[in-house]
Amino acid sequence: MIPAAFDYEAPSTIDEAVRALAEADDEVKILAGGQSLLPVLRMRLAAPAKLIDLGRIGELRGVRSDGDMLVIGAMTSHYDVQRDPLLNEHAKLLVMATDTVADPQVRHRGTFGGSLAHADPAGDLLAPALALDAEMVIAGPRGRRTVPAAEFFVDYFTTAVGEDELLCEIRVPKYTGWHAHYEKFNRVAQAWSIVGVAAAVRTDGHMIAEARVGLTNMASVPVRARGVEQALVGQEATPEAIRAAAEHALDGTSPTTDGNADVAYREHLAKVLTSRAVSAAATS
Amino acid sequence: MRITVTVDGTRYTDDVEPRMLLVQYLREQLGKVGTVVGCDTSNCGACTVHVDGHSVKSCSMLAVQADGSEVTTVEGLSRDGRMHPVQEAFHDNHALQCGFCTPGMIMQSMDLLAEDADPDEQTVREGLEGNLCRCTGYQNIVRAVQDAAHRMRPGAGPDAERVADETAMSEQTRAEVRQS
Ligand SMILES: Cc1cc2nc3c(=O)[nH]c(=O)nc-3n(C[C@H](O)[C@H](O)[C@H](O)COP(=O)(O)OP(=O)(O)OC[C@H]3O[C@@H](n4cnc5c(N)ncnc54)[C@H](O)[C@@H]3O)c2cc1C
Ligand code: FES
Ligand code: FES
Repeated sequence: MIPAAFDYEAPSTIDEAVRALAEADDEVKILAGGQSLLPVLRMRLAAPAKLIDLGRIGELRGVRSDGDMLVIGAMTSHYDVQRDPLLNEHAKLLVMATDTVADPQVRHRGTFGGSLAHADPAGDLLAPALALDAEMVIAGPRGRRTVPAAEFFVDYFTTAVGEDELLCEIRVPKYTGWHAHYEKFNRVAQAWSIVGVAAAVRTDGHMIAEARVGLTNMASVPVRARGVEQALVGQEATPEAIRAAAEHALDGTSPTTDGNADVAYREHLAKVLTSRAVSAAATS
Repeated sequence: MRITVTVDGTRYTDDVEPRMLLVQYLREQLGKVGTVVGCDTSNCGACTVHVDGHSVKSCSMLAVQADGSEVTTVEGLSRDGRMHPVQEAFHDNHALQCGFCTPGMIMQSMDLLAEDADPDEQTVREGLEGNLCRCTGYQNIVRAVQDAAHRMRPGAGPDAERVADETAMSEQTRAEVRQS
């Protein structure tokens, strides 16, 4: 119920946070919204010696426009993502996926960057970030580096962020005028995805001109459904064409069996949900 | 670590261990036992309070994270010995049996009514997604929240004006929080 004792530091700038990480021993953990970390600490599944809280770093919060990109501060809360006018206009897929995360209380505290850094394969924001070709800006003692989403997610709960680094912002190209939908399958309130599908399409009349599709919880990392994307481009957005394209949804996946679903059921869901997500996006 | 927190209108300054959860601080240090703990997994929502105008699960926040913040618990809702309209609506609609989920349900209901003053049934159910009740089957809870919305409508009497002020205030706090 109560976490093991730890030291605590709340820097007020990114530079201070990087310095604090460099000075700490290797048992240090970053605290963002705490909505994944604090339950873990309370159950004593982890007992870091020190927490570095990013909550007081103003420069990590908020969304801004930078030419044809949007820049999302890692500490922007799910709640603020849902209501952000820039994201609603240019990256609706991220907003729609965030709408499905947890519950209102968790969305008030949980952060966009924290979800990506946590890299739970059932997390709902990973597949949209991958589908939209987001780039992660990581700060560390050697300065800043940018990692594309396709290289950011390494394995279960593992990302390209090093021990002495932190994720500071996420850059997303603007998808102005695109249509999007996030289709999440779970069984009860506030539950994680058993499978989820993120779809964004640009239509030209009834024709699908471009498509982006990402899958949640179909491997240890989010999966880009490129086979589906290729099959969709140039097609009329008819139910038949979309269903046929969705048959490619399993390319590159390696789902596992757990208490919620076995492999065969996950594979079935991936196709059905892909079809639903693309249809909903194309007709929205 | 030394923190200063305003809880239900009173300012407190205390030395706390970094690992102390906000709910522990409220219950054990301040004696505000109206806020309860129902789970170990951040699921039940019984511990819901408002921090700077937003609902949070106080078991999933450290007391040190609330330093400088304004916290409202279920104990801070009544005025001059009268219950808040949301509390009254829960009472009148039999929206509780054992009552353990009630403090969190009421605090989250206030949050959802600040977002949407006239929610339909689906909106209420989704707004209370983070709060579990093992007794009522939720029917009367949903009814109570909609009833509270009616009671708090402009023109619904002196209580409504009081709540309208509070909603305006919490909107203002929200704007300030977003800017900071
Ligand atoms: C009841 C409940 C239900 C939930 N349901 C869902 C759901 O349906 N879908 C979903 O996607 N999520 C869900 N979540 C998780 C939620 O979205 C969390 O907000 C998110 O996983 C973690 O974000 P956080 O800001 O709280 O990070 P924290 O919990 O503070 O941190 C998580 C991890 O990431 C690391 N970290 C955080 N930020 C950074 C950074 N900037 N740089 C480097 N490392 C960092 C931390 O060290 C830690 O290891 C749920 C959580 C709860 C409690
Ligand atoms: S005690 Fe259950 S969510 Fe906080
Ligand atoms: S009234 Fe008993 S848990 Fe809700």
